[in-house]
Order: sequence, then structure tokens, then C-alpha cells
Amino acid sequence: MLKILKYSFYDLMRSRWSYVYFAFYLLLGVVLLFLNNDLSKAVITLMNVIIVLVPLIGTIFGVMYYYNSKEFTELLLAQPLKRSSIFLGQYLGVAISLSMSLVLGLGLPFVFYGLFKSSAIWDFSLLLITGTFLTFIFTALAFNIALSNENRIKGFGYAILLWLFLAIIYDGIFLMSLILFEDYPLDKLSLFGTMLNPIDLSRTLILLKLDISALLGYTGAVFKQFFGTSFGLVVSFVALLLWILLPVSRMIFKSKRKDF
Amino acid sequence: MNRLLKLLLIFTFAFMSDMQASTIIVCNSCKVKSIKEAIALASDNDTIKIKKGTYKEYGILVDKPLTIIGEEYPVIDGGLKGEIITVISDHVTVDGLFIINVGTSYTSDYAAIRVKKCKNFVIQNMVLEKLFFGIYLERARDGKVLSNKIIGDAIEEYNSGNGIQLWYSKNILIENNYIVNVRDGIYLEFSDDCIIKNNVSANNLRYGLHFMFSNNDIYQGNTFESNGAGVAVMFSKKIKMYNNIFKENWGTASYGMLLKEINDAEIIGNTFEENTIGINIEGSNRIVYKNNNFINNGWAIKVRGACYTNSFLSNNFLYNSFDISYNSNINDNVFDKNYWSNYTGYDLDKNGFGDIPYRPVKLFSYIVNRTPETIILLRSLFIDIIDFSEKVSPVFTPDNLLDKNPKMKKIEW
Repeated sequence: MLKILKYSFYDLMRSRWSYVYFAFYLLLGVVLLFLNNDLSKAVITLMNVIIVLVPLIGTIFGVMYYYNSKEFTELLLAQPLKRSSIFLGQYLGVAISLSMSLVLGLGLPFVFYGLFKSSAIWDFSLLLITGTFLTFIFTALAFNIALSNENRIKGFGYAILLWLFLAIIYDGIFLMSLILFEDYPLDKLSLFGTMLNPIDLSRTLILLKLDISALLGYTGAVFKQFFGTSFGLVVSFVALLLWILLPVSRMIFKSKRKDF
Repeated sequence: MNRLLKLLLIFTFAFMSDMQASTIIVCNSCKVKSIKEAIALASDNDTIKIKKGTYKEYGILVDKPLTIIGEEYPVIDGGLKGEIITVISDHVTVDGLFIINVGTSYTSDYAAIRVKKCKNFVIQNMVLEKLFFGIYLERARDGKVLSNKIIGDAIEEYNSGNGIQLWYSKNILIENNYIVNVRDGIYLEFSDDCIIKNNVSANNLRYGLHFMFSNNDIYQGNTFESNGAGVAVMFSKKIKMYNNIFKENWGTASYGMLLKEINDAEIIGNTFEENTIGINIEGSNRIVYKNNNFINNGWAIKVRGACYTNSFLSNNFLYNSFDISYNSNINDNVFDKNYWSNYTGYDLDKNGFGDIPYRPVKLFSYIVNRTPETIILLRSLFIDIIDFSEKVSPVFTPDNLLDKNPKMKKIEW
């Protein structure tokens, strides 16, 4: 598995896309800092970017990589190798190289700008951690979609639909249901609702840092326990881990049974 | 000649009265062993010096104009039995005592020091601990409360008292006091023309500062931090609030400042930082908000209703989750020349003001007012989209609530 991981990783490192991705984040970091002159404001803007763009790039890139390396995968399958190690290796290769582009691309300009001396360092590292989580989650989801769809166009379609659903439509439905059922106690439902969507989940994690004073304005005991203590942080991280483990295990399960 | 005689006369009188004023020393090994004894012995305008030591006394009644000075903080231990010092005479100075163990009662408000119906008193450099009420001014006038340290141990609201309480008092100066862990740090009821200056009031159960029916008061340079519900100013007129700091008042009913039925006030140069709600305004009219900083609050300003002709000029709104929240779509307040960190416009004519107006009320804040649980969707992409569409054509938020001259850069003064 490590060999395949290494191969995928180096293959991606040499590919143009990783550089484009890296350059994009580098540029974003530099421009944000140049325009804002303020680390804490840049962190807020960055949150929007990470929550929207990282999942999108993760899904598209994952699907693209799977379809592009299909012939190579079939070649590998002819060798005496475990299927799980082939797919896991490829998945980790993609996810790690994407996360590296993200962390380096955003990290470098901020470090040069004097991040270590700033109080925003914790907010910023939380951003990078959730960004990495999101990359792993959405690459895994993308591999799942690609494994289940032989047709490339269909695969891409589903991938974009998945992103659109989780990033925007889900919140719309969520908001509507909260407003519709406003007569009922909703705090458990609303916390549960965020757990079901990795984008919402990582947003909540960042909110815990940035908007804690607003969040504590709400009167629910469940909310208070969730936001007021480190309980919320722990639960969110566990849920994020689950969001990686479930798609990955489905990917392995599916790949073992798939007829290539 | 006549004038010279008069002068001489005054001089002699002054000299004589000075001669008359003697000093009584109280210590554990002196002739006078208790403060009560010393007060009984003293005549008007005497000085009582209390040496270092512990004095188990309560119910000390100061009924003559005296100066009571503690040397190296003598401890007066009330033994939880009742009120400790009660001043009922004019011209009394109490200085440098350490008062501990004030009694708790549900029928009478026992205080460490109570000043009752008198004038020209000074209470300074006191340390009060384990108290019910700290300094209680009742129908007092023209006094000073300076540099006291009040450290309470309040846990429940119903069985704790206030740090400094003013009731029907006039023209009092409260300066450089440090008040922590009591119910209300400073409480004013029916007290006019008072100045509250450079105090620190923190970690109190209810309010850092509480105004009720008190007019023409000034408070400036105070710091209010981590109080149960921040600062409340209610039913008062012509209050001036300058350069105070309101910080970290977190909770469901917690405000940096709560204004209720306040008219003609001035709120200038204050800093509101990391409060759940910076200022909560209800039924307040003709208030000028100028040069204030609102930093990292949940809601910088929450307008509940019945607020007319208020003006918000040249304030900085920095990184608040919500800048302003309104619960109606009628607006009679003016917002002008503020800096909003959420402003996304441009300044093509380079005059320092943005070319398109800023709308500080977002649709989402309206939704959160209606269904509080939706707060969990804060900063989601979907919310940004609906906020944007509301910004383009306002339906739910007040149409005319906008800052026509939003500053492009943070305002410095």
C-alpha cells in the first residue's frame, strides 16, 4: 500500500494540477493579507473560501484522478496485490497531496506575514485542520462516486451535485425546516442536523472559535453545553473522523466486489 | 482696621478649634481598646487613629463629625452579626480600614458602611470582604467614595448585596474603586448628579453598574468585565457615558450595556468588546452614539423597539457577528459616517467614504430573531446568498436603514 501511495503521491506532485492548486492558495493568501492588513479579518474571509472551495476541489479532483488513472489501476489489479491497498493507496495519495497544497499554499504567506507573533494562530491552525479534514472527506466521497459509476460524465455530474447539495441546498432545507417547526424545541435537532453534513460540521467548529459570543446568546441548555464547553469541540472532531472512516470503508467494500 | 480685626478673629478661632481637635488612638494594648469606646470619648472634629490589629465589633454608630483613620489596615470583624459602621453625622471621613464578615439578613440590608442622611463625607482606601452590602449611601449628599476595594463572595442573587449602593443620594463622586464578586457592582437608585469615574467592576453576579431613575449622572473611564448581565441603565435622563470599556459579558441575557427608557443620553468613546450583545436598546430616544468601538460582539447593537431619533455617528463596527439587529421594518434612527468592517463597497472618488450605502441589518439577523435555533447556520454559503438578495432589494429589513457615508478606513481619534 505504501508503495502505491508513494507512487500516486509523486505522480500527483509532478502533475500540473497540484501546482495550480498550490499557486491558487498562495495567491489567495497573499492577496487577502495585502488587501486586509489584518490577520483576524483575513481568517474570516478565509473561512468562507475553505468551506466552499476545498470540498469542491476535493470532489472534482478525486473523480478526475480516478478516471484518469483507470488504466493504470487495471494494470495494478492484474498484479498479486490486495485491492484494498491499491485503492487506499491511491486515495491517500490524492488526499495527502491536496492537503499539502492547501496547508503550504495558505500557510506560507501567513507565516511570512508574522502569524507566529499574532493571536490569530489558533484560529488559523483550526482553519487548516478543518480544511484538511474536508479534503479527506470529499476525496473519499469522490472515489465512492467514481467507483459506482463507469460513465465519466455521470460521475462528474454526481460529484458536482453532491457538492452543491452539501454546500448550499442542505442549508436551505435545514433553514426551512427550522422555520417551519419553530413551535417545537429545536436545539437537539439543529445540532444533529449539523452533524449530518461535513461542511456544516466544520463551519460549526470554526464558529466555536470566531463567533462564540453570538452563539452563547441562545437560551437552549443543549446549545449551552455544546458551545460553552470543550464538549462541542470533541463531538465535532469525532463526527468529522466518522465522516472520513465511513466513506473510506464503503470504498474498500465496494472495490473488493467490483468487477473490473 | 475693621477687616484686620476680623481676620485676626477668624485666625484665632481657627487656631482654637484646631487645638480642640485631638487625636484618640485605638489599639489592643492602649487605654482605648474599641472603636465604639473611642467614638463615645471623642468630641466633634476629633481624629480617631486605629492601629493594626483585629477588632471584633459591629453596630458602630458615628454620630459626630469625626475622622477615622486606620493605620496599616486594622481588621474590623463583624462576626456576621449585622451592620458594621453607620454614619449619621455630616463631615465624617473614614479611611483605611479592613472590614470583614458583614451579617446577612433578608429583612434589612446590612452594609459594611452605611451613610444615612448626611453631607460632606469621605470614604476612602477601604478594603471590604465577606460582605452583604458594601458601601450603602442613603439620602446622602456631596460625598466622595474613593479608592475602595470590595471583594465579595456572592453565589446566589437572592442572598447577596451590592458593592456600592446609592439611594436618593445627590452629587456623589465615586472614583477608583475596584469591585468584584458581588450582586451589582455599583447600584444607583433615584440618585442625581453623580460622577462615577475610573472604577473597575468585574465578575459580578448581576450587573457591573445598575442605574434606576437617576438623572444627570456621568460615568467615564470605567471597566466592566465578565459581569452576569453587563451594565443596565434604566428609566433615566441625561446620562453621559464616556470612554468606558465593556468586555466579555457572555450569556443569554447578557449585554455590554442595556438601555431601557433612556432619553437624551450621550454615549461617546466607549469600547464594547466580545459581548454577546454590545448594546441592547429598548424605548430609548434622542441618544447620541459617537466614536465608540464595537469589536467582536455577537450583536453590536440590538434595537428592540420604540427607539426614535437616535444617531449613530463615526463609530467603528469591527468583526461583529451581526452589526445591527432590528425587529421591525420602520426606522427613525440615523446612521452616518461609521466604519463597518463588513462593508464591501468601493470608493472611486477617493473622498474616504464608500460610494454605495451600507445596509447594516441583514436578513439573517431577522430570521434569528424569529427562530433563534437558526443561529447554527451563521456564515453558511446559503445564508450569504439570501443576505445578498435581501441587500439588493430589501423586503424584511427597514428600507431606509442605511449608512450613506460608510468610511473606507477604520476611524482613529
